[in-house]
Amino acid sequence: MSSQAKPVGGPAIYNRFTRYLAIFLGIWVLILLYRFLTGIGTVSGLTDGYPWGVWIAFDVVTGTALGCGGYAIAILCYILNKGKYHPLVRPAILTSALGYSMAALAIVFDVGRWWGIWRIPLGGFPDMGKYNWDSALLEVALCVMAYVGVLWIELGPAFLEKWKATSKKQGLVKFADIGLKFYDKALIWIIALGLLLPTMHQSSLGTLMLVAGKKLHPLWYTGWIPLLFLISCIGMGYAVVVWEAGVSSSVFKRDRHDAMLTSLSGAMVVVLALFLILRFADLIYSGKTTMMFSSGFYSVVFWIEIALFAIPMVMLMRGKDRANFATMMRASILIMFAGAMYRFDAYIVAFNPGKNWSYFPTVPEMVITLGTVALEVYLYIVIVKRYPILSGARAVQVRELEGRA
Amino acid sequence: MTMDRRTLLKGVAAAGAGAAVSAATPAEASSVRPTAPPDAVGMLYDATRCIGCRACVTACKTANDLPGNIYDPPNDLDGTTKNIIKLYEEDGEKSFMKQQCMHCIDPGCVNACMIGAFKKREFGIVTWDIHRCIGCRYCQVACPYNIPKFQWDTALPKIVKCELCTHIITDPETGGLREGALPGCVQACPKEAVIFGKYDDLLADARQRVADHPEQYYPAGDPQIFGDTEGGGTQVLYLAGVDFEKLGLPELGDEGVAVEGRNIQHGIYKGFIAPVALYGILGAVLWRNRRVAKKEGSDE
Repeated sequence: MSSQAKPVGGPAIYNRFTRYLAIFLGIWVLILLYRFLTGIGTVSGLTDGYPWGVWIAFDVVTGTALGCGGYAIAILCYILNKGKYHPLVRPAILTSALGYSMAALAIVFDVGRWWGIWRIPLGGFPDMGKYNWDSALLEVALCVMAYVGVLWIELGPAFLEKWKATSKKQGLVKFADIGLKFYDKALIWIIALGLLLPTMHQSSLGTLMLVAGKKLHPLWYTGWIPLLFLISCIGMGYAVVVWEAGVSSSVFKRDRHDAMLTSLSGAMVVVLALFLILRFADLIYSGKTTMMFSSGFYSVVFWIEIALFAIPMVMLMRGKDRANFATMMRASILIMFAGAMYRFDAYIVAFNPGKNWSYFPTVPEMVITLGTVALEVYLYIVIVKRYPILSGARAVQVRELEGRA
Repeated sequence: MTMDRRTLLKGVAAAGAGAAVSAATPAEASSVRPTAPPDAVGMLYDATRCIGCRACVTACKTANDLPGNIYDPPNDLDGTTKNIIKLYEEDGEKSFMKQQCMHCIDPGCVNACMIGAFKKREFGIVTWDIHRCIGCRYCQVACPYNIPKFQWDTALPKIVKCELCTHIITDPETGGLREGALPGCVQACPKEAVIFGKYDDLLADARQRVADHPEQYYPAGDPQIFGDTEGGGTQVLYLAGVDFEKLGLPELGDEGVAVEGRNIQHGIYKGFIAPVALYGILGAVLWRNRRVAKKEGSDE
């Protein structure tokens, strides 16, 4: 995975932008403190009817799906052997590692008896082997925990390269050297794990809503839900990679790899088409055709969701349009919204525990979610500035500097 | 490694397709419907006998050491209420309704719970274990009757639901039932509107009642015993004079809510063979691809 990636440089911890992030994170910490001292009900709109809200639907379910960039690019790069996508791998893995880490963090905020979370990796210790393998959520929890580790290991070379090149401590240089040699041998088996785990838990994130049974609207309740979740997370993964490449290239003045993003957009069209074909085939085959139109509010939600998937597919259908950077950016934002909406629908909107129950997130609840995103952005900035993640020469910026001098 | 690349790719495709198909094909014949354990106990609530005195609500609080008293009756099940009596009244129709855990034969909560805080235990009683629960609330998502309640306004929350007064009716020393011991609500009921007993006996009793008075129960003529088959069957059975849906019980099929998801999980993860195989194949493809790439690199 060694590459031409270089640190962006510049003030990382404290600058004009991170200053605002820091203020927001301060508020975030205070609200979190309040949540941990007084309970979940005092800060959120969650109820016994809607026990899961934005913390699960956004932070965990959508957050990990948006963290599938590393997974989606690895499929292209390592399984379909398209080595040209290599420069996109490292930034994608970083976004994934951060996205998944934040999801893991958000789980701690969401679960009520968070101090017992260690029982998940330890199998209910001291009563070992008490896992309930029937639970789709257990599989998701174990896979996500393992995958967070795998992603940071996959990112390891970025840190080792930096230490090897610049550290003044002999011990660290030697450690980095040995580490990089280890990666040379073992990396494929780590990458294989990085492909296996998301395949498992991203599909199970769909499966786990099946136990809601009749509480989940029939337009979303389907035995194909694991495959729909899996396909859409790959689409979201590509969209995140394209969007992130676009944003980071303009913010940090890097090469944009336009040609690469264009062919990646081609892959997105395929994935979106697969999703839509499966979504409709399933509904038609299971006799829910009229339900698409006759379900009132749910029909409207359903068609908005479908439109969010279909519009970017049409936008990117023609090769000429794919070559347009702005079109690609717009389409990838739509795809992220499409996947997010599909997940919000399956977890909240199409989830109906019965009359007398309603849910809308409260402001503090949303601040907790946004704070998690802010922390992710903060960490991303610090890491790309300090470590070799982004590739491409700083051509523009160097010229600017020369101009000024 | 003599496998060539094409074989490997075929393997990947096959494994992927296999996983996908097994993921999406609801196992039809493979699932055997769980039945109540032979020693199962339960309750039978007959809404036509209930007078709505709510003695059972107070008795439940006392029996389970929960805060609250007769002068401050709760409106619904909540973090300190395991049993409730509600009144349904509309268009001249009127019925009381008792709500508590149904002690499903194939419970959604037990299927959902990650590390077995929810368990279907001796006598088929569904219990919650404070030492296992991490408060993820997946049980609440899973329960078709919305029974498990979470304590929202405390830093140290618990899940609260009826455990059939297992601490009263069972003897921890022998592990058997205590002779004559009854759950709090049953003991308090002045009208025997709710009775406790062996599941088989209760079912027989319910069948006898509807056979004797088919006109008195809903639907008149061929009355329904809710819990006989609904949602895979429940150890708490209901008889009523009005539609159960109006009384707050959902319309469920004859299958437990856990069945479809469980079949899919079992289909994909049986013996953990598919994931291990997929891992092996992925590794092999990566290894092969890298060797090809290196060769091409050195040729240049």
